[in-house]
Amino acid sequence: MSSQTLSVGNVVARVRGQTAGSSAAGKKLTLGRQLALQALLLFIAFTVLFPLLWVVSLSLDPRNIGRPTDLRLIPPGASLQAYIDVIKQPTINKIDFVHLTLNSLKLAGGTAFTSVLVAILAAYSFSRFHFRGREALMLGVVTVLMLPSVATLPALYVLLNHFVITNPTTHAILFNLRDSLWGVGLAMISGMLPFAIWNLKGFLDTIPKELEEAAIIDGANANQVFIQIVLPLAVPAIAVTGFLGFMSGWTEFVVSWQFLTKVSDHTLIMELYNMVGQFAGNTPWSRFAAMSMLTALPVSIVYLSLQRYIVGGLTVGGVKG
Amino acid sequence: MATISLPSTAAASRPGFWQRFTKGGTPYFYLIPAALVMAIITFYPLGFQVWMSFTDYGLANLRITAPAPNWVGLQNYIQIFTNNLTIEGFNFWPTLAFDLWWTFSNVIFHVALGILIAVALNTEGLWFKGIYRAIYILPMVVPQIIVATVWANMYDPDYGAINQGLTWIGQWFHIAPAVFNIRWLTQIDPPIPGIPLTLSYFALLFCNIWLGWPFMTIVATGALQSIPKDLYEAADIDGASGSQQFWRITLPLLRPAMVPASVLGIITTFNLFSLIYFLSGGGPLHATEILLTEAFRLVNEQHLYGVAAAFCVYIFFVLLALTLLINRITRATESYDV
Repeated sequence: MSSQTLSVGNVVARVRGQTAGSSAAGKKLTLGRQLALQALLLFIAFTVLFPLLWVVSLSLDPRNIGRPTDLRLIPPGASLQAYIDVIKQPTINKIDFVHLTLNSLKLAGGTAFTSVLVAILAAYSFSRFHFRGREALMLGVVTVLMLPSVATLPALYVLLNHFVITNPTTHAILFNLRDSLWGVGLAMISGMLPFAIWNLKGFLDTIPKELEEAAIIDGANANQVFIQIVLPLAVPAIAVTGFLGFMSGWTEFVVSWQFLTKVSDHTLIMELYNMVGQFAGNTPWSRFAAMSMLTALPVSIVYLSLQRYIVGGLTVGGVKG
Repeated sequence: MATISLPSTAAASRPGFWQRFTKGGTPYFYLIPAALVMAIITFYPLGFQVWMSFTDYGLANLRITAPAPNWVGLQNYIQIFTNNLTIEGFNFWPTLAFDLWWTFSNVIFHVALGILIAVALNTEGLWFKGIYRAIYILPMVVPQIIVATVWANMYDPDYGAINQGLTWIGQWFHIAPAVFNIRWLTQIDPPIPGIPLTLSYFALLFCNIWLGWPFMTIVATGALQSIPKDLYEAADIDGASGSQQFWRITLPLLRPAMVPASVLGIITTFNLFSLIYFLSGGGPLHATEILLTEAFRLVNEQHLYGVAAAFCVYIFFVLLALTLLINRITRATESYDV
C-alpha cells in the first residue's frame, strides 16, 4: 500500500520536474553552499585516502632506512624493490610469497567453496519447505551465527588435536589434524557455514516462487526445480556469499595463528603479523607496506566490483526473519 | 483450496501446494549435508566446550596419552566472575564494560556520520558526486586486518604519519615538533583527566570511525533515494525549515534501513577482534582489551583451555543478552507510521 503511494509520488515529481524545471528539491544550490559542501567533502575524501596513500607511498620507498622521516606521496627514487624483496621472502621464516599465497588460497578457496556448496542446499530447504523441526533447526543456525570464531576456539583446538597419526614403532607424530591446513579449514568452515546458510536463505526468500510453481505444475520434481530454476537464479547470491567467505578466509588470523606451527603451512596474514607484531624486530616498513598491498589489493578490487550486491545482501539477510 | 478460477486463491493455496510437492522427506534430504557438518564441527565442539569449562583442562592434558583433566565444577566460572584468576591484567568486568562502551561509542559515530555524509552527498546539484561516492567506499573494501596494521604503523610516535602530519600542521602555528611526539598506543595516563580511557582507545576510535561510516553512508544513501521528493515539496509549501525537514522527514524515513544496519554494526563492533588485536594489542596494560581478545589470550598465551572455555560460555550469554536487548529496543520503537 505504501509502495503504491510512493510510486505515485515519484510520477508526480517526475511530471513536475519536466514542466516546472527542477523545483523539486526546491531552492537551487547557491554557489556559496556548493563551495562549502565541496570543501567538506574534499576534506572527508582526504581523510579516507590518507592511510591508503601512506601505505602506497611507503611501499615504494627505496631508501635503505627502516623508517620514513617525512610525508611524501612519491618518495625520492621510488622503486618496486620492496615488492621484489617481499615476493622472494617476506620475513626471516623460510617461506616465499608464492607458497604463502598458495596456502591462503587453499584455505580461503576450499572453505568458501565447501561452505557455499553445503549452504545452498540447506538454504533451499529452509526457504521453500515447511517441515517438522524447521523452526528449531533455524534457531540452531541463528544461535551459532552470532558466535565469533574465537568463541569456539578452545574446544576446536583441543578436539582437533586428538586426530593424530603416529608412527607405530617410534611413536613420532606423523600427522596432526590440528597442525595442518585441513584442521584450520574445518575450524573455519564451522564459523563460515551458518553465515552462508543465513545469507543464502535471505536471498532465496526474495526470489518469487511463481516460476517454481509453474515448473511443478509441469511435473518437475524438487530436484529438477532446484537444479534448473533455483540454482541459476541464485548465481549472484552464491557468488557474493562465496566471495565473502573467501574474504574472511583470506584474512583469517585467529585459528591459523593458534593451530599452525609449521612454517610451510603459514598464510599471508600470519606472515604479515610477523612483520608488525611483537616479533617484528626491525622489518623495513617498505616491505611491510608492500606485503600489505599484495595481500589486500586483489581481494579489495573484487570487493569493489561486488560492493553493490554485498551491501544489499547483508541488509536483506539482516532484516529477513 | 482446489478452486483455480479465482486469482487470489492461488496465493492462499500455496502452502498446501508445496506440502504435496515435498512429500517423501525432500527438505530433510537437502538439509543432511549441512546438518552433518554442523553437528560434527559446530555443535559437538560447543557441547564439548561446555564440558571443558567444568574442568581444569590445560597444556598437560593436550596429548592423547595424557590423563583426563580434573572435574572442577563451577570453579572456572566463579573465578572469572569474582576476578580471582591470577593472570596479570585479566579482569572480566572492566573488560565487559569497556567492550560495551567501545561498541556504543563507535556505532553512534558511524550512524551519525554515515547519515550526515549521505545527506550531504545527496544534495541536488552537487558537483563530483560520483567521484566522492567512489572514494568513500574504499575503507569498506580493504580487509580490516590490513587497515589495523597500517594504522598501527601510522600511530608510531617517531615515524608515524599521524605525528608527522600534526608536526607539519603545527609548524604553521610555531608549535615545537616535540609536542607532537604523541605515544598514541602506549601512553598509560588517560588524556582527559577523570575519564578512564587511554589514548589508545581514542586511537582505536579514530581508526574504527574511518573504517565504519562508509557502510552506514551506503545504506543511508540507498534509503534516501527512495524518499519521494514531493514530501519535501509539501514541507516547503507548509514553510518547514531545512532542519525541520531533516528531523521530521529524512530521519524517520531513514529509520527502517538504519536499524538493521546498526544492529549489524553493534554485533561486529562488539566482536572487532582483528582491529584491536592488531592495532593496540589490547594495551597499554590491557586497557583496551575486549572480551574476544581476552579469550584469545587465555588460549594462545595462558594455555588455560578450561578457563577459556568457561570464558567463551560467558561470551555466548553476553552476546545472546545483547541480541535480545537490541531486538526488544528496536521492536519497541518500531511503530513509525509513514
